[in-house]
Amino acid sequence: MKLKRFKEKTIHFLFFLAGISAIIILLGIFSMLLFNGIKTFKDVSILNFFFSTVWNPSAYHEPSYGILSMLVSTFMVILGSMVIAVPLGIGTAVYITEVAGTRTQEILKPFIEILAAIPSVVIGFLGIIFVGPLIAGIFNLSNGLNAVNGSILLAVMSLPTIISISEDAIRAVPKEYKEASYALGANRWTTLIRVIIPAAISGIVAAIMLGTGRALGETMTVLMVTGNAPAMPHSFFDSIRTMTATIAIELGEVPYGTTHYYAIFAVGTILFLMSLSVNIIAELVTAKYRTQRT
Amino acid sequence: MKLKRFEEIIGFTILGFSAIIVILILGTIIVNIISYGSNAISWEFISDFPKDGMTKGGILPTIMGTIFVTIITTLFSIPIGVSAAIYLSEYAKEGMLTRIIRAAIRNLAGVPSIVYGLFGVAIFVQGLGFGSSVLSSGLTLGLLTLPWIIATSEEALKTVPHSYREGSLALGATKWQSIRSNVLPYALPGILTGSILGLSRAAGETAPILFTGVVFFVPGLPDSVFDQFMAMPYHLYILSTQHHAIEQVRSLAYGTALVLITLILIMNFTAIFIRFKLRKKFQM
Repeated sequence: MKLKRFKEKTIHFLFFLAGISAIIILLGIFSMLLFNGIKTFKDVSILNFFFSTVWNPSAYHEPSYGILSMLVSTFMVILGSMVIAVPLGIGTAVYITEVAGTRTQEILKPFIEILAAIPSVVIGFLGIIFVGPLIAGIFNLSNGLNAVNGSILLAVMSLPTIISISEDAIRAVPKEYKEASYALGANRWTTLIRVIIPAAISGIVAAIMLGTGRALGETMTVLMVTGNAPAMPHSFFDSIRTMTATIAIELGEVPYGTTHYYAIFAVGTILFLMSLSVNIIAELVTAKYRTQRT
Repeated sequence: MKLKRFEEIIGFTILGFSAIIVILILGTIIVNIISYGSNAISWEFISDFPKDGMTKGGILPTIMGTIFVTIITTLFSIPIGVSAAIYLSEYAKEGMLTRIIRAAIRNLAGVPSIVYGLFGVAIFVQGLGFGSSVLSSGLTLGLLTLPWIIATSEEALKTVPHSYREGSLALGATKWQSIRSNVLPYALPGILTGSILGLSRAAGETAPILFTGVVFFVPGLPDSVFDQFMAMPYHLYILSTQHHAIEQVRSLAYGTALVLITLILIMNFTAIFIRFKLRKKFQM
């Protein structure tokens, strides 16, 4: 009997260890990034790091480590992708939940799942051979590797996230809301715009935040289609280079333990903190929406 | 009143259009890859090694590499992920710690894949000395998949009715015995569905393996977990951006994309099929 209890306790403890693994990994990632990233500032001033537009770590005389151009580039593609993906994603989510019949729903849902499953490298590939020439043709440019292309591909990458989370939010609106609105004589459209979407708005905001997070962290698509010029962009038709692309391009060739190596981890730290903030905002919004409901 | 009706029709049409655009996007991707990729596909393409400076021949080592690394990802992420889900669903009491664990899982799911790559380089490649290898890449992808496996497995465990556990406990079984005999078997299809979906994403990832073990070319297949390997996503990346004869290898790139998508779609359809079966069983 004692042995049995000992066994049960051991098993409980092992499951507990697995349970807290998520906390350990998250803290592990953060401390590793910080531990390496902070060493950048032995050689580079914090002011320069954040406010210089020149990122040229391999310059022979005076290497410089300014991330401002990357930050601007990253924000540009996020903004561009959300302009496309937010209306499209929310529209589709509303269509699936409120307009489509059960049969259409059953067909559409796997479609969205499959779109989510397509590897980013495949979407990047199509960005090079399909979207790029299209943009170059329409706007009469020498090539289509720019922020517009990046924005379009990131929109595709973040659509499934925005759709599925907005869908959940809309589905969670109590049926009584809708019925009350119908009882007052409102038609389906008015009910949708005035009752259902306002009731689901915090969930939809969370969906947009998580979609933003997806676009922020996406690497391969932007790496493949934005041209990767490490300079301050002036328009959406310029070649840009995001934070993720910079890490992907430079980590392979940088010698271990140099300032450049640490600077890449510093960029990673900023990226990590940004995605964490986006997630936390999404969490706070969702939490608020849960308390409203109950 | 007529105006209201008009507004409604316009509104619903716009919503319908957004759904159609999303379907068209997916359609364009699939049709484009299949129509151009199928020309490149032959038995030789999937069963042979690359030839003539990667401009001819097959992609066998990249297929094997992707499968090999996904097996390591599976071996790492499923045991830990399912155990964590069992802890959350069966053992954990609602409280501060459980809330923090759940928040950590959700935040891990949002960490950019390239950051997992950085972590893999610092911890597995350099810290633990696994070097640039299948093992380092597999573990990095395992970490990336973990939050997904935990979340979907917990969901599956939650659908098992409470009475199943209580029945077993009432007969004198210990907690672990009831979980093993009365909870896990019923949650298994759900856990399987979620895990396959998670692993299919890991198989298509490029950023986390970029610096942890993948290379464009190695002669032969990896002999041990400490060897470098070739993988389909990375192969496609190099063929489409950095190859010395980009135009010449375009059809190889298409072929690689098609094989990669096929593998991932097979995994997804398997998962969707299991879920469909599961739903039927529960309806009975």
